[in-house]
Formats: sequence, C-alpha cells, structure tokens
Amino acid sequence: MQSDIKRLSLILLFAPFALWIALLIILPHMGMVVLSLREKVAPRVYEFGFGNYIDFINEPIYWNTLLRTGSMSILVTFLALLIGFPIAYYIAKIAGKRSRGALFLLCLIPLWVSDLIRAFGWILLLRETGVISSFLTDIGLIKQPIEFLYNDITVIIGLVYTVILFMIVPLVSTLDGMDNAMIEAGYNLGGNGFTVLRRIIVPYAMPGIVSGCIVVFMMTAGSYLTPILLGGKNSSWFTEQIYDQFITRFNWESGAAFGFLLLAFTSVVVWIGLRLTGQTLANTVAKS
Amino acid sequence: MNTATLTDPALDPAYDLECSNIHKSFGAVRAVDDVSFKIPKGSFFSILGPSGCGKTTLMRMIAGFEDPTSGDIQIKGKSVLNTPPNKRNVKMVFQHLALFPMMNVYENIAYGLRCIGTDKAEIERKVRDVLERIALPDVADREIHQLSGGQKQRIAIARCMVMDPDVLLLDEPLGALDLKLREAMKIELKLLQHQFNTTFIYITHDQSEALVMSDHVAIMNEGRFEQIGRPEDLYHNPQTSFVAGFVGDSNRWSGRVTAVEGGEYRVETEAGLVMTSARAVGQGISTGKEVSIFVRPEFITARKTSSEGSGNAQNALQGRVDSVLFNGANSRVLVRDPVGELIEADVVVTGGAEDLRAGDDVTLEWSAAQTMCFAV
Repeated sequence: MQSDIKRLSLILLFAPFALWIALLIILPHMGMVVLSLREKVAPRVYEFGFGNYIDFINEPIYWNTLLRTGSMSILVTFLALLIGFPIAYYIAKIAGKRSRGALFLLCLIPLWVSDLIRAFGWILLLRETGVISSFLTDIGLIKQPIEFLYNDITVIIGLVYTVILFMIVPLVSTLDGMDNAMIEAGYNLGGNGFTVLRRIIVPYAMPGIVSGCIVVFMMTAGSYLTPILLGGKNSSWFTEQIYDQFITRFNWESGAAFGFLLLAFTSVVVWIGLRLTGQTLANTVAKS
Repeated sequence: MNTATLTDPALDPAYDLECSNIHKSFGAVRAVDDVSFKIPKGSFFSILGPSGCGKTTLMRMIAGFEDPTSGDIQIKGKSVLNTPPNKRNVKMVFQHLALFPMMNVYENIAYGLRCIGTDKAEIERKVRDVLERIALPDVADREIHQLSGGQKQRIAIARCMVMDPDVLLLDEPLGALDLKLREAMKIELKLLQHQFNTTFIYITHDQSEALVMSDHVAIMNEGRFEQIGRPEDLYHNPQTSFVAGFVGDSNRWSGRVTAVEGGEYRVETEAGLVMTSARAVGQGISTGKEVSIFVRPEFITARKTSSEGSGNAQNALQGRVDSVLFNGANSRVLVRDPVGELIEADVVVTGGAEDLRAGDDVTLEWSAAQTMCFAV
C-alpha cells in the first residue's frame, strides 16, 4: 500500500518530464529520421533511400558550410572560454562576498532581453549609419562611413556575447568549490602564477571548463538568429541552410537530413573534446 | 611580556626564524600587535591561543600570504619581507591540508620539486625517499581520495618536507581528525619532527596538542604574545592570569588582598572565602588590590572530614561532595563550598569503600604555594 503510493507519486512527478522528452524530443526526431530517409523520385512519390545524405556529400557547398559552422563555433567557444575564465575567476575567487552576488547578477542581466533585441542592439551600433561609424566620422578618424556588419568578425563577436554567460556560470560554480588554500599551497610549494594556473587551477576547473565548452559549442553551432542578423547573406551558417531547405525550397526531406547531420557533427566534436580532456559527460555537464 | 627570547645555551645559537615587533592591522582591527620571538634551529614551537587571537594571521605573514604593517621577519638571518611566498623556503601544512585532488600522491609530492626545476631522476629518488621516511612507501600511485585521514596528513607533511624547508608551518592540521587518530598523530608528528630535524611551527587552539608536542609554546591572546616558555613552565609558572586560566584547568576566583605579611598574602574572594597565597605575580600587589586567584584541581586534596588530615596545609575549606566525575586516573570531585560555589579537586578513585561519594562531607586542603594571585 505504502509502496504503491510512493510509486504513484513517483510516476506523477516523472510524467511531465517523460511526456516532454517523448513528445517534443524523441517523437519529432523519429519523424525526422523517417523523413530524411525518403527520396523524392517524382512529384508526390517517395522511396526509401539515403539520397538526401548522398546529396550532402556530393555538394561541396553543403559540407563546406557545415565545416565552416563547426570551426567558427569552436573559435567562438575558445574565445568565450578565454574571456569568460578571468571573469569567472574574479567573481569566484577575488571579488568580496557582497560584490560577488551583484557581479553574478550583472552577468545575468543581458538574458532578460530577448536574443532578437540584443542582435538589433549590435546592428544599431555597427551598421554603416550606426553609432560607431558616425562617431568615427564625426571625430574625423575616418572619411567615409564604414559598414561593420555582415562579416565573420562581427558574427563571432555577436556569438561570443550571446553565449559567454553559459561559459561563466559553470566556471564560477566549479571555481567557487575550490579551497583557496589549494592555490596558496601551489604558491607555497614554489610555483609561480603561471604554474599555479596551469597545474592547479585549470586542472581543478576542468569539469567546469568542459561543461561550459559543451554548452557553448552546442548553442553556437545551433544558433540561427545572430549569424543571420549580424552576418547577413555572407554568414553561410549551417542552420540557415537547414532553414532554406525547409522553408524556401520546401525540401523537408533534405532539411531533415541536414538537421541530423548537424546533430551528428556536433556530437562527434563534443565526444572528441571529452576524449582529449579525459572528462566524461557525467562529471561535467551533469554536475553543473 | 611581549618580547621574549629563548635563551638556552645548549641549543645552536643560529635561529631559523626571527620575528621582531610584528604588527598587522586590518583597518582599525589590530590582528597582530607587537609580536617578537626567535625560534632556535630544529625545535618544535607552538603558538597556542583561542580562535581569533591572530595566530593564523601571524602564520600567514611568515608564509608570505600577508604583509606585516610593520616589523621584520627573518629566516636564517635574512629578511624575507620582500620575498614572494613562492620564493620563501618556508612550507606550510594547511588546516584542511589542501592536497591537490586532481593529482595522485606521487604528483602531489613531486609538484614542488618540479616547480624549482629538479630533474626527473632526482625527483623520483626524493619522492621515494620521503615516502619511505613517513612510512608509506607503497602509496605513490594512489589517488588522494583513497587515503585515510592519517595518511593524508602524512602526505601533506611529506609534500612540504621533500622541499627541505628551513621552517615548516602547521596550521591546526589535526583539527579535522577524530579523537583517537588525533592522539596518535600527536605522537607521530613529534617523531616526524625529530626525524626530519626541521623547525616546526605549530598553530593550535588545543592546549594538549601544544603541551604534548612542543619544545616551546607561545601563548597568544588578542594579537599579543602573553608568554613564551617550555610547556611545564607555562603550566607551573604562568606570568599572566590569561595564561593561568588558559593552560590547564583551574579553580578561579576574583578577590581582594586583605593583608600582606612576610611574603604571604591574605585574600578574600567576592563570595567571602578567605585563603592564603604565597605566589603573587605582577607588580604592585598590596593590601586592598583586586586580584584573580587560581588553584589547580590536582593541588587540592579532598578528604572525608571524619578522617584524620595532615593539618599542615595553609588553606582548608569544609564542603559537601556535589558529584563525582569518574574518568579513570583523571577523576574529579565537585565540592559545594560554604558560600555555595563549586570547587574542583582531583581524587583517586580506587573502587573501594573509602572512595568519596556524592553527599559526603569533605575537607579541601591546599598549600599557599599553589595559590596563584594575579593583579587585575
């Protein structure tokens, strides 16, 4: 009797999560698999086959876009880590107890504004008639207004800005758990600042670093809005390619295949990353 | 009593550590106030004090994590004030040990040697050697979380000792251990200190740790050194009332001197007990002065009033046993005196019929020489 009630409450608690996973993740993806394995042989006539995947391999522009998306995402992840680590270190280890909360909140504030608005903020700043360009012409540093938008650097800056918070949060939580005495012991035993960072702080923070990198990489590779708005037609982001297949060309079969390829590609990159750093999903993402 | 030098002609005159007039303020708070001391080579020196007395700040200054507001710290005769912590040959065992969890035992010990660029074969030899000396030759490949509390302790010491430091600082490293292990580690630490023959500076708030292990102990209170001396000196000849109250157990009264006569002081406590003291410490103790009176329980004999006493003790009180605190050889009785206070006295409990029991009428006796008075 007692155990029945326990089981029932467990089922009830678990049900929303199970429904969410089943209806919104597993079911659509199964539909996508089926969809991606259909070849169009004539109008409204489909056959089972790998034609959509073969198309992808045969068309360099497709896999070039995927590789470009992948390498730029890795660059964004790396930059986010490079910028995020000192910020996280400052919040967790250097800032006083009182200012720590305020700093953390400051990092969170951009999240209160939607992605779209933030991207338009960048556009206001960077476009030809935007704030920076007109300021530079006003002070006479440049003769002609400059278009800062629609290039790779802008896309990368925009992406780093969007995702860096997701790097800082897990880093702060791992660094926060590190005993200050460990850093002092590192110095006490004769290490200089660089040795302590390389041999003690970074290895200790590795789970947080990997977890932040996985989240940031996945978000970047799957982002759509920022590359489109800041990169324009030149951005050639893979999600744009998927969007094109679904919406513009109405080729759902090929779009589904591309979606799967993106998922497979990012998963492989994450797996390689985990292998290289000797971490597991269980002690990184699952922990923070 | 802030400046003290340990002058022992039998010891090597060279001092491993010398602190002179160290001050440290955090804003308006004086954490360390005019502390001076010298520690002879190869000795075990403890700094004992209640929490918040500034002992950890003092240790952090020696290690280089804090800079003194004024004063000088010399290691082997050279001032280290401008030397960063990683260049000082002072190693530290942290309160929670701060072993590196991402490295195994070997890596933990080798870390310091790698930092100073020792070559690989030498590191291997030194690490094996130090593990041998702490009697843990087989743990090199273990992870830190696989070690027991006592093993971690020894690895933390080995990690420092492998660097051959001039001074080893230990910041209450036994605090996290359970009682049994703590007792065992006290002896172990003393043996390790003998074996390495390095100067150990041990910080603790636990007086038994300090008294058992140390050659010399400094009692610290509110940022100042109250007294430095051998453990038995501190116990038997405290120089201040704080030391008398902090080291060992004492019965304590506040009172007033009523008469001075031939080196003996008649004192009356606030509650009206009258006793004689032959030991007044501090200047200007004369008739009418306020004093603190201390008598250690082991110097008070309690006997049944009905039995025959020696009768030559200067102080005697009648009372009734309130309770017997049995603790083997350290058993005590709590005696309710005529004015209603409780007085502790050590007793021998043999298990026989003559043992004191609650409700017995007893006479407490102690000598004037064991009654210490301190000027308030």
